[in-house]
Amino acid sequence: MMILSGDPPRSRVLSVLLVVIIAALAITPLIFPGAKAMNVATKICIFAALVASYDLLLGYTGSVSFAHTMFYGIGSYAIAIALYSMGPTWAAVATGVAVGLPLAMLLALVIGLFSLRVEAIFFAMITLAVASAFLVLASQLSWLTGGEDGRSFQLPELLRPGTVLISKGVLGFELNGRVLTYYLIFTGSAAMILALLRVVNSPFGRVLQAIRENRFRAEALGFRTVFHLTYANCLAALVAASAGMLNALWLRYAGPDTSLSFSIMLDILLMVVIGGMGTIYGAIIGATIFILAQNYLQALMGAASNAAADAGLPLLPGLLHPDRWLLWLGLLFIASVYFFPTGVVGRLRNAGRKPS
Amino acid sequence: MTELAAAGALPKPKRDILPVLLPVILALAMAPLIGSGSSWVTLTVASLAMGMMIFIMASGLTLVFGLMDVLNFGHGAFIAVGAYVATLVLLPLAPYVQADSLLTNLAVLAPAALLSMAVSGALGLVVERVLILPVYGQHLKQILMTTGGLIVAEQALYALWGPQIIPLPLPTSLRGSFIIGDIAIAKYRLLAMLVGLVVFAGIQLVLNRTKIGLLIRAGVENREMVEALGYRIRRLFLGVFMVGSGLAGLGGVMWALYREQVHASMGNDLTVLVFIVVIIGGLGSIGGCFIGALLVAMVANYGGFLVPKLALVSNILLMVAILMWRPRGLYAVTSR
Repeated sequence: MMILSGDPPRSRVLSVLLVVIIAALAITPLIFPGAKAMNVATKICIFAALVASYDLLLGYTGSVSFAHTMFYGIGSYAIAIALYSMGPTWAAVATGVAVGLPLAMLLALVIGLFSLRVEAIFFAMITLAVASAFLVLASQLSWLTGGEDGRSFQLPELLRPGTVLISKGVLGFELNGRVLTYYLIFTGSAAMILALLRVVNSPFGRVLQAIRENRFRAEALGFRTVFHLTYANCLAALVAASAGMLNALWLRYAGPDTSLSFSIMLDILLMVVIGGMGTIYGAIIGATIFILAQNYLQALMGAASNAAADAGLPLLPGLLHPDRWLLWLGLLFIASVYFFPTGVVGRLRNAGRKPS
Repeated sequence: MTELAAAGALPKPKRDILPVLLPVILALAMAPLIGSGSSWVTLTVASLAMGMMIFIMASGLTLVFGLMDVLNFGHGAFIAVGAYVATLVLLPLAPYVQADSLLTNLAVLAPAALLSMAVSGALGLVVERVLILPVYGQHLKQILMTTGGLIVAEQALYALWGPQIIPLPLPTSLRGSFIIGDIAIAKYRLLAMLVGLVVFAGIQLVLNRTKIGLLIRAGVENREMVEALGYRIRRLFLGVFMVGSGLAGLGGVMWALYREQVHASMGNDLTVLVFIVVIIGGLGSIGGCFIGALLVAMVANYGGFLVPKLALVSNILLMVAILMWRPRGLYAVTSR
């Protein structure tokens, strides 16, 4: 209970689901050492943390930010540029962290102070504009960021796939640098999610929820809402930047498409809404559903598309084309905003309760 | 007689002229920096044309927000849909588009533009009924719903037309430029300016000279009061939403011809620009939107000419500068 900050899943099905997901993630390198399974598992870990930090904004303060990938990208690029220019050393990693986190926080502070004074809508538009400018900037300043190609770099010795710490004979699986990186990401993400859980269940988190429910009243109670909202924005930016750093470490690369693009922003939105806003746990569920769908639904759709094409149906092959999976998730997204705004987690939590 | 006298006695509303002068001042201030007169004219015409196109796309968005407090994050979808629908007409009729006669060209362009407007307007009806009606009055859900709509629309366009970029050549008679002395003015830009001015004049006429316009303006200022007087503002809003979507479609066609290509991502790219314009102008203000569009286009064109690297962030800088000066945009219409 302590580690969950007194905010347990509050639903038996949900608890089981979470335990299964986390256990599966924890043992993935042992059972499925293949590249694809490892990539999927890593992506789930990183996105669970990223989406949880977004949930702090969207679910707990009710402000929609479109600049979350910007902070994610800042983290990625900070690591990538540091390791690219300083060589594969731990000092470079430390430099990346030391530059990236304050930068992300400063930017979040400026955006927050500038636009959180007014309506949620204003914040949404400003963040969208700033994030798109940042994307253009990152792809144009090629001397620093590598432009559209991004930056590939080498990891420190210890984290390289070639580094074998314990060979296969001893434990039945190989503990190499890649597995070590995976566990670094796994524990890092878990720590971030637990920290966020701590934040939202603190008195500070309660104030955020009060602001979400009725900003005017929260202000009347004496809370400086701009301060609280900006603080939350900075915290979310810090976590997002850290998630970006983990992502860069895993990919050994940072580029506009993997860390900054608007489509990642939409992915995050989809994950947080489908999983359940304002729950933090929803982030884990949402990220798992989304990334599994992204990686495995496409094969299914490809088969369906071919079947439809064979049957000579019009339009359907195009709609079921594997690249169109986002269309269906988009529809699911709209349906979830409309029919179950509390997402999967809210649904599960309510299922046990008798309707009163 | 007494009524007239009373009306005459009313104090004239204060005219806020400063924002109107802003584009003029900007254009004049840039003239010495650019140096050559012919480049200055070319750049100014280019900015005016681009500004008009952005204005056409943004006008619907700002009115819808002002009237109903609904911000449509899927506005870009209408722009893209408009452009795609135009290809349905323009590509099969390519011989007429390529014919070297202004009349033939326009005879193809006009129906294409009208069809685009009709389709995106009809789509606006569907979007309003399906996506916005259920979450009416809830900002957070509106943003989420319309963003979802944007995703679905973009993917549907990919599914129907394929993910490749569709080239859309300009009609032959609109290619090239008029050359006066050493000044070159692209023909299509003149057309774009003309259409933009017509749309602006049309909107202003409707808003200021008709009863519907009066109701819309009254609704922007105080919705409850108009409702209390017995007008069904929901229906009015639906109409404004459809017209706004139709205009976005028209803007999409013009932008596609300007760029001579159509792609589903153009909606996304332009949404950002349109938002900046709407914020600069002040949410809900048509005049502000017009000036904002001109300013954005001018900064983009002059900036791109003088300091190419700056052009990337020039829009943001402009927005920050304007909001420092007037935190609610050039013209704050709504009390929200």
